[in-house]
Amino acid sequence: MMAGNVVVVGGGVAGMEVAGQLARSGCMVTLIEKESFTGGHVREWHHLFPDRRNSREVTDYLDRQIDHDNITLMAGTTIARMEYGKKVFTVDTDNGTSLSADAVVVATGFDLFRSERKEEYGYGIYDNVITSADLEAMFRNGAIKRTDGTTPEKIGIVHCVGSRDEKAGNIYCSKLCCITAVKQAMELKEHISDAKVYCFYMDMRMGGALYEETYRESQEKYGINFIRGKVSEVGETIDHKLIVKVEDTLVGRPLRMELDMIVLMAGMEMSKGGVKMAQIFGLKTGENRFFAAADHHYGSNASNVEALFLAGSCTAPMNITETISHARAAAAEVINYLRKAER
Amino acid sequence: MQFDPFVIPFNIGLYFILIYAVVRSIIWFRDLSRPDKLRLQRGFFGKAFGQSLKEIFLESLIHRKILRTNPRLGYMHMSLAFGWFLLILFGTIEADIFGEKHLNPPYKAIFFKFFNPEHGITGFEAAYAFLMDLILLFILSGLFLAVIKRFTPKVVGMKKSTKLKSLDKLALTSLWLIFPARLIAESLTSGEYSTGSFLTGSIGSWLATFLPAGELAYPFWWLYSLSLGTFFILLPVTRYLHIPAELFLIFMRNSGIRTGDKAGSYSEIQAHSCSSCGICIDQCQMNFSAGINNIQPAYLIKAIRGNEDTSEIAMNCLMCGRCDQKCPVGIEISAVRMIQRREVYSGPEFRNTWKGYFRLRNGDHTPKPNGHHVYDYLPEVAAAEKTDILYFAGCMTHLTPAVSRSMVKILDASGLKWSFLDKDGGACCGRPLMLAGNDREARELINHTSELIWKSGAHTLVTSCPICYKVFRESYYLDIEVLHHTQFIKNLIDEDLVRMNFLHKRVAYHTPCELGRGTQVYNEPKDVIRHVAILEETGYEDENSLCCGGSLGNIKISYRDRQKIAVDAAARLTSRNPEILITSCPLCKKTLSAATPTKVADISEIVAEAVIIPKTEKTSLKHSLPVAEAVNIF
Repeated sequence: MMAGNVVVVGGGVAGMEVAGQLARSGCMVTLIEKESFTGGHVREWHHLFPDRRNSREVTDYLDRQIDHDNITLMAGTTIARMEYGKKVFTVDTDNGTSLSADAVVVATGFDLFRSERKEEYGYGIYDNVITSADLEAMFRNGAIKRTDGTTPEKIGIVHCVGSRDEKAGNIYCSKLCCITAVKQAMELKEHISDAKVYCFYMDMRMGGALYEETYRESQEKYGINFIRGKVSEVGETIDHKLIVKVEDTLVGRPLRMELDMIVLMAGMEMSKGGVKMAQIFGLKTGENRFFAAADHHYGSNASNVEALFLAGSCTAPMNITETISHARAAAAEVINYLRKAER
Repeated sequence: MQFDPFVIPFNIGLYFILIYAVVRSIIWFRDLSRPDKLRLQRGFFGKAFGQSLKEIFLESLIHRKILRTNPRLGYMHMSLAFGWFLLILFGTIEADIFGEKHLNPPYKAIFFKFFNPEHGITGFEAAYAFLMDLILLFILSGLFLAVIKRFTPKVVGMKKSTKLKSLDKLALTSLWLIFPARLIAESLTSGEYSTGSFLTGSIGSWLATFLPAGELAYPFWWLYSLSLGTFFILLPVTRYLHIPAELFLIFMRNSGIRTGDKAGSYSEIQAHSCSSCGICIDQCQMNFSAGINNIQPAYLIKAIRGNEDTSEIAMNCLMCGRCDQKCPVGIEISAVRMIQRREVYSGPEFRNTWKGYFRLRNGDHTPKPNGHHVYDYLPEVAAAEKTDILYFAGCMTHLTPAVSRSMVKILDASGLKWSFLDKDGGACCGRPLMLAGNDREARELINHTSELIWKSGAHTLVTSCPICYKVFRESYYLDIEVLHHTQFIKNLIDEDLVRMNFLHKRVAYHTPCELGRGTQVYNEPKDVIRHVAILEETGYEDENSLCCGGSLGNIKISYRDRQKIAVDAAARLTSRNPEILITSCPLCKKTLSAATPTKVADISEIVAEAVIIPKTEKTSLKHSLPVAEAVNIF
């Protein structure tokens, strides 16, 4: 049995999985989460791609993972200060607790791109322009309605909002929005069977397990329309319909389309909490502002700080499968580190 | 007749430069357009002449503007220019009074000491020699600064000095040698004859204690003459042409000649008037925010003078106009740059041969309409419903719908009869094309939009975009009032057509380049803001305002460098922590809001937030659009 105190920052998928794995290996874990609940973004999602299972199944698993005597959960807490000396971290939280740790795992996750920043898409300005997260909330409530209470008949899904967009300051691909769009398009058709759903994409990046199959199904079984072109701007008509301006780059013609609702596929960005941790712990970040891991290939959990490890989507956009794998790898790195330090 | 062979290099140089000046001014005058020729003639015999003399004294000799921006750099320029002028003036008087006869050839004044080594003993002569030594010391102190500046620019308060080409270096060396050579030559001669005042006299008597002063003086007189001659001969092909060219520039400008949009004598004289002082480099955000320092006006002009390809440099500029404000010579830098941009498409107007000594006019390069229209797919303009106020949002405003919505709310609240010209999107105003040098294509768009405006019958055109505003004012032939929405809102307030609540927010205002330096609208936006919020200063007011980095004027810069400029500008503008950073340009709004966590809003948005909607409708508004909800953003 190996002992060691570990502080895990962030109680989302990665943080919960790391905490669970470490606790089971005999470490004493303090899990710090800024919100009052754990589970992060998954808690707010309804169904998950690619098999469209209920997200509850995943959060239930994660809850079981952190249900362990060795884990102290500190929800509604953030880190204020940190000192490192003689191989021991002294971490002060904002509510006055001082923790001592042999290792720290940062799992601060991501923030969704604030779609207001793409003002030309009219989020926060026009009614009925919503984000992928807003749509999940609607799915959970069981009703897809416009703000005036009517059911939308023509729905547009805009890919790459805040991703692959130099002007928005993010040149990277968020990786999950394509498949999320396909999943949500199919679900929209299930809710409103006679709705027409249009996806406006730059490239369809279907690189994950079962992604391509889902994409094919969405076209063959659900009749989702995929239009290749980046939406330039959204306007509103007198009767509150939305107008998208886009170039259909496969046909090579500009297109104006009247829609009842627009869903913006908000990309993933380095979280605000992560930026704060980078300052407190002196962590390096990359061009994309996510944490820079020590090595792309064999050190994706190691950071530039000794005894501090990274887990999950605070290093790059990741889906849940990848996040859990990455978290387990982080746990293995922590255990190896503590064993070495023991000797 | 006093003569010595060593004066020959100086004489060759002097007569060469005088002949060159006459020939060059004839060529320049010949190339002027007829109206400009008349302007110059009228200026020569009118008030402009006196003004020009005054300006030449203040700017070319004293260097007042450089003194104001940078006292040390100004002193350097002043001591060299004004000091040299005094030396020649008093030298000529000296030669005339104390020389063997009156009305001497110029070299007698320059080499007075050589020909009159025993001068300077009696009371009045000694006082005069003292004066001459004082002037020489004045010049040498400036020269000392110039040498230091060349190696460590920071000493004179410059971040970066200009880089030089090889001929410039040779000319610089000969310039640097002139005054030390004179000092040593005069000192040695004074040493031999025990004359000279506090400077040349003391150095001379000291040198004479251990050196054969008499024999050594002669080679230094040669060196003095040679460096003068070399400098004069090199002057036309080096940056030192700025010394005579600036005189022409001042005369022409005071006579009312302006750059215009085609290359010609005036733009060429402007290019030659640049002293490469480098003040523009320190002003340039491309330099101090993004570290790009090879495209600034000093380098553009150097490339123009060197007959190099300027297309890269000319295009890689934000066209913010910060340098125009600070150029001590008053060169219309942005206008000169625009000429270079147009040449990318039309070919250069002039061809320089043999390092700029001769210049030939190329064949007629004016692009002729070839019957091909780029925008022939634009729809026919139909007759429109008549209106009073025409609102043109512009394409950038369509990307910031919060702005156009706010304007709709304000226009409706005013009760005026108005219509939304590009509600469903219109054609571009043409300015981005113009900035890229494609004037002919821009003209097609201008004609299209002009027709839309004429057919509306409106008496006032209001736009939300300073880029559109500038082109409407300068390149459209409109006989109606053109207002930026800040001016329009100011008018509404003055005429009591809208009333507003006070919002009690601490705000800062960023003046957009196109609205501020571009069209001189500085005060209306600030007056409007003071009606609704507490306006605080940013430290970058009016002419000194920053470019947000989003400028359409630059199609070469990378987004990464743009972002550096935007982040730096946003940080400077919000350094005093305003609650909202307000601007009046949709492009500035978009660029700055992506670069700072501070809330960024257009002026129209806070006005729309504050405006009180009248309870009764003033006029029937059947043509206008219903406003959905108030724009609540704060």
